[in-house]
Amino acid sequence: MTYNLETAEHPEKLRRVAIDPVSRVEGHGKVTILLDDQNKVHQVRLHIVEFRGFEKFIQGRPYWEVPVMVQRLCGICPVSHHLAASKALDVIVGAKRLTPAAEKLRRLMHYGQMLQSHALHFFHLCSPDLLFGFDSDITKRNIVGVAAAHPEIAKRGVLLRKFGQEVIRVTAGKRVHGTGAVPGGMNKSLTIAERDELLKDIYHIVSWSRDAVHLIQKVHIQDPGLYNSFGIFRSNFMSIVGHNGDLDFYHGTLRARDDNGKLIFDDVDYQQYDKYIEEEVRPWSYMKFPFFKSLGREHGWYKVGPLARVQNCDQISTPFAEHERKEFVDYAGGSPMHAPLAYHWTRMIEMLHAAEVIKDLLHDDDLLSDDLMVEGERKMEGVGVIEAPRGTLFHHYRVDENDLITMANLIVSTTNNNQAMNEAVRHVARRYLHGREVTEGLLNHIEVAIRAFDPCLSCATHALGKMPLAVELVDPEGNVVHSLSRS
Amino acid sequence: MSQTFIIDGKTVPFEEGQTIIQAATKAGVFIPHLCYHPDFKPHGSCKLCTVKVNGRQTASCTMRAMAGMVVESDTEEINAERRALTQMLFVEGNHFCPSCEQSGNCQLQATAYHLGMMSPHYDHFFPNRPVDASHPEVLLDFNRCILCSLCVRASRDVDGKNVFALSGRGITTHLIVNAKSGQLADTNFTLDDKAAHVCPVGVILRKRKGFAVPIGERTYDKQPISGTVDAVTEGH
Ligand code: SF4
Ligand code: FES
Repeated sequence: MTYNLETAEHPEKLRRVAIDPVSRVEGHGKVTILLDDQNKVHQVRLHIVEFRGFEKFIQGRPYWEVPVMVQRLCGICPVSHHLAASKALDVIVGAKRLTPAAEKLRRLMHYGQMLQSHALHFFHLCSPDLLFGFDSDITKRNIVGVAAAHPEIAKRGVLLRKFGQEVIRVTAGKRVHGTGAVPGGMNKSLTIAERDELLKDIYHIVSWSRDAVHLIQKVHIQDPGLYNSFGIFRSNFMSIVGHNGDLDFYHGTLRARDDNGKLIFDDVDYQQYDKYIEEEVRPWSYMKFPFFKSLGREHGWYKVGPLARVQNCDQISTPFAEHERKEFVDYAGGSPMHAPLAYHWTRMIEMLHAAEVIKDLLHDDDLLSDDLMVEGERKMEGVGVIEAPRGTLFHHYRVDENDLITMANLIVSTTNNNQAMNEAVRHVARRYLHGREVTEGLLNHIEVAIRAFDPCLSCATHALGKMPLAVELVDPEGNVVHSLSRS
Repeated sequence: MSQTFIIDGKTVPFEEGQTIIQAATKAGVFIPHLCYHPDFKPHGSCKLCTVKVNGRQTASCTMRAMAGMVVESDTEEINAERRALTQMLFVEGNHFCPSCEQSGNCQLQATAYHLGMMSPHYDHFFPNRPVDASHPEVLLDFNRCILCSLCVRASRDVDGKNVFALSGRGITTHLIVNAKSGQLADTNFTLDDKAAHVCPVGVILRKRKGFAVPIGERTYDKQPISGTVDAVTEGH
């Protein structure tokens, strides 16, 4: 695992290229590349502005506000923050075990979020690249182009997402920024009418999710030269796993493996996460770089998210998704797959699993129960961890005896993937940009690599392919030599 | 025979001594208000209830009804002024509705909706007002205080305790707790006090229960403020 291309030896002699997507609210991402006169790549960095301000802002606020407040952190997966914070505060209010109804309702909410987020990412953001090619005609490389060429695929993407949003709405109370989860449980259950409404569509949802797995599997297998190697780097990986090593997005213990799949740690209670994980600050980036303490800064970084989860678990509890997991593992040939584009395949396996779990939950009458709250011995500190669509998400709080937050620490999924995304971008830059004139198509290769990880910034800035993207080539004196933009 | 006056073209009966807002509310005519509460002596400070009586502006929560008066309330001109007052209240404090536990139960928010307020318009003051979390049962979040003095009146006139007071003047007016330390824990305030249940916004809050009632099932989620009976939330 190398730090190659992170820092150039003589940056003052090089030209700078910045891929600078103009941000909306959630985050701001930018890639800078230093090139010499022959267009040789000397330094590549992915910068993401992360809003640590939140951790400061929340101090001095009453703890029960936090699950609602944290949803403002991210317009993309507010439910993940809502639930991770609620889980941390369950610990604070002494709710060791939620009632079955509360736990299942939260799980339903979370899997609804997983479904909608994965569907959005795959159909809206990535299918244009995957179906048309990374440097295909830019005017068609968007969801509108997909809708024209493959209307059925585009339509299903919309409906899958809508279904996930509906699940969120009935469990959280609102489609965005709901209040369903509260420290110690939930504030609402499902009505029979709400449940039946979801039941009407769930079988389509499962079957379309299966088709989506098959679609990406086919695309992947057809072009192994590209899909197995684009942006590839080897790394450790981490996720939570549930009971018996099942794939679980809502609850479990921490498990990490090295690049060969060998366990680094397993069955770790996440209340102790800070004994295993440390966050490094680097001068050029606002976002921290977490790593496993036992392996140190240089070798301890890891990746999270679908590709990590599907290969970290021992099995998947639902039959269709388990079948697809096996196919994937077989294809990988007995050792972990590290290709970033394999994120797409595993993401769709996860979407299928989410759909199957939702189907099972909808047949469980606990969802209708009003037995929703527990509490116990009050604690001063709690950690909540969840597998968000983009990977492991940590929320850690301390609360004083007057119920006010005194400390908050969050490690969001995209931060966990920080080094990994940087590695992928460097690999692509070396392979595709090196020695060539920079074109929009080439720059899109960089973005394809970033997008595979589904970082918040990519969703935020590339919704429907409409966000403007400005690229500037700057000479050592800071003069713009050449610029490229699209909107 | 009871006497009458006219408000927005409607004839309203009243009894001797009733204020305009009392008679109007009884007759089902809603007049926006924040510092008025039917159980307490009027304070006349927020000016939201301003109406025009025979062409002159006056606070309807303090002005007695008189036979034959012609009152204008729901006019574009008066509502524009009410809207501006509401906007000022929003920017003077820190009102962050999306994560406020009183959202849906808050009279300020409901009034803003009623008046069609789309944005705060003015620059935010962003005052620095720390919360008082010292009391075991009740949190005071001064960020949202609109200085209506209802808690002051309730504590003094109903609870007989005098826990709260308004201090300072003009723009520096603020709510204080009558204790040497200034902390609620050092008063004899309890959750049973009337004062614990009158705040029209989200200052005086029962601890740990903030989101027990889901958004969507709260007082003003179900009916607009103009349709609530005595227009005082039961959200606490
Ligand atoms: S705390 Fe509430 S009731 Fe008391 S003055 Fe402020 S806004 Fe009015
Ligand atoms: S309600 Fe009349 S002045 Fe406030």
